[in-house]
Amino acid sequence: MAYSEKVLEHYEHPKNVGTLDKNKNTVGTGLVGAPECGDVMRLQIEVDPETQTIIDAKFKTFGCGSAIASSSLATEWLKGRTLDDASTLDNMDIVEELALPPVKIHCSVLAEDAVKAAINDYRVKNGLEPILLKESLVH
Amino acid sequence: MLKLPIYLDNSATTPCDPRVLEAMLPYFTERFGNAASRSHPFGWIGEEAVDYAREQVAKLINADPKEIIFTSGATESNNLALKGVYEMYASKGNHIITITTEHKAILDTCKHIEKLGGQVTYIRVNDEGEIDLAELESAITDKTILISVMYANNEIGVIHPIKEIAAICKRHNVLLHTDATQAAGKVPVDVIAEDIHLLSFTAHKMYGPKGVGALYVRRKNPRVKVTAQMDGGGHERSMRSGTMNVPGIVGFGVACELSMKEMHQDAERLSKLRNKLESSLLKLEESYVNGNPAHRLPHISNISFKYVEGEGLMMAFNKDIAVSSGSACTSASLEPSYVLKALGLGDDLAHSSIRFSLGRFTTEEQIDFTIQRLTEAVLKLRELSPLWEMFKEGIDVNKIEWAAH
Ligand SMILES: Cc1ncc(COP(=O)(O)O)c(C=O)c1O
Repeated sequence: MAYSEKVLEHYEHPKNVGTLDKNKNTVGTGLVGAPECGDVMRLQIEVDPETQTIIDAKFKTFGCGSAIASSSLATEWLKGRTLDDASTLDNMDIVEELALPPVKIHCSVLAEDAVKAAINDYRVKNGLEPILLKESLVH
Repeated sequence: MLKLPIYLDNSATTPCDPRVLEAMLPYFTERFGNAASRSHPFGWIGEEAVDYAREQVAKLINADPKEIIFTSGATESNNLALKGVYEMYASKGNHIITITTEHKAILDTCKHIEKLGGQVTYIRVNDEGEIDLAELESAITDKTILISVMYANNEIGVIHPIKEIAAICKRHNVLLHTDATQAAGKVPVDVIAEDIHLLSFTAHKMYGPKGVGALYVRRKNPRVKVTAQMDGGGHERSMRSGTMNVPGIVGFGVACELSMKEMHQDAERLSKLRNKLESSLLKLEESYVNGNPAHRLPHISNISFKYVEGEGLMMAFNKDIAVSSGSACTSASLEPSYVLKALGLGDDLAHSSIRFSLGRFTTEEQIDFTIQRLTEAVLKLRELSPLWEMFKEGIDVNKIEWAAH
């Protein structure tokens, strides 16, 4: 299968690879997927509590190139956004931006799930209600 | 200078040896005759070429030329063997025994036979891809007509003990078929010494052209018959109708002759290169060989690099190195390799596997390059892997409750 230029670019030069301290109150962590399915994403955000803005985002992903690219793109997109804004992320935006073929749509769904899981982890840690997650498309 | 990309997927198909191609070419042009045209020299030349190739092909497996039926490849040979025996021996029984790690050309044919009312037993393999002969023997019933066990597996290269299986077949008066697609031309295969009744193989895995193969059907002790699955002009003693693929068959013949001559030296050279590749890659932490390393084809290595996903890994080098992966992502089904799963590998290890298959044109320089690129890629992908980080922190990834997918 041929990959789009953008998937290749994110794969070869992934943005924001790394780990934030998950014990910090300002950090939210989302860990989604399963090794059996061939994809695991861990996406973390660091939030400025004053402004409710994401000041940093990091990821690590076990998966195919499209999964790596989806999570790399998601971290780029998150930085500088407010939590409310970030929770509107839609997987189809990732599909479009990376030109993912139908068999790879689940990678974008996973990235969306990871973002929302990270936001909820932060919210719950800070005594806020978790946002409602929409039913995933694929899994 | 090293020429890229490097081809290490010879179990999928091999390039045609230039000597094979050269022998084939005249049969597309001036020697184009239909081998079944008995009335003129064009036909005679075609028939002569097919007869000669039939001898070359038979010799590779120590068969008589009359026992070779040319087909379009191993898929067709497997279909003809299984369905042909099932139909021909219907009065004797309807039970077939095979194993879980066979190629789809066997497994799906068995499914078809089950739909027709046949009974099929699938013998499991152990964690090294080997079957238990006692279990195989105890699966035989008075309705069993055929045991079909592949000579060597296409994903992990494990060689099955065909001679021992033949002895079991003999004791119970059951026919033995083997899919020798991966083994023929690579390791010695002898239908007499190993008491094989039916054997499938194909040209394109041994430096011959695609679209031509053969089924060996024994004619003596016992005389085996199969019901034709392709009806028509009565070619191949009515067991396989259709105009002979003369250029393909000529190529197959030459490929068999070359393989026979060069098998020993190829196997020795390739097993050295394979071992070099394998021992270098196993220096990476948490990497494991799949399949029994002692009973394997000399040119195949299947390795799982734990905590990295196969397709993601391949992407790091697949412009330069061609290999295949048991990862789900490389197949349409999104399921990881059923062969690796049959070995009891967790899905995670199955997703992390890469198959390297070397061939006649593989060089040491290519292997050195592959070792270097693979090592870099595994290290890079592990830096990206949350599972690797957890492993390094002493967290047992298998104990985590992953969200149901
Ligand atoms: C073990 C085995 N059997 C059968 C086949 C099918 O062979 P062919 O492509 O000649 O139909 C293959 C090759 O893919 C194989 O590896």
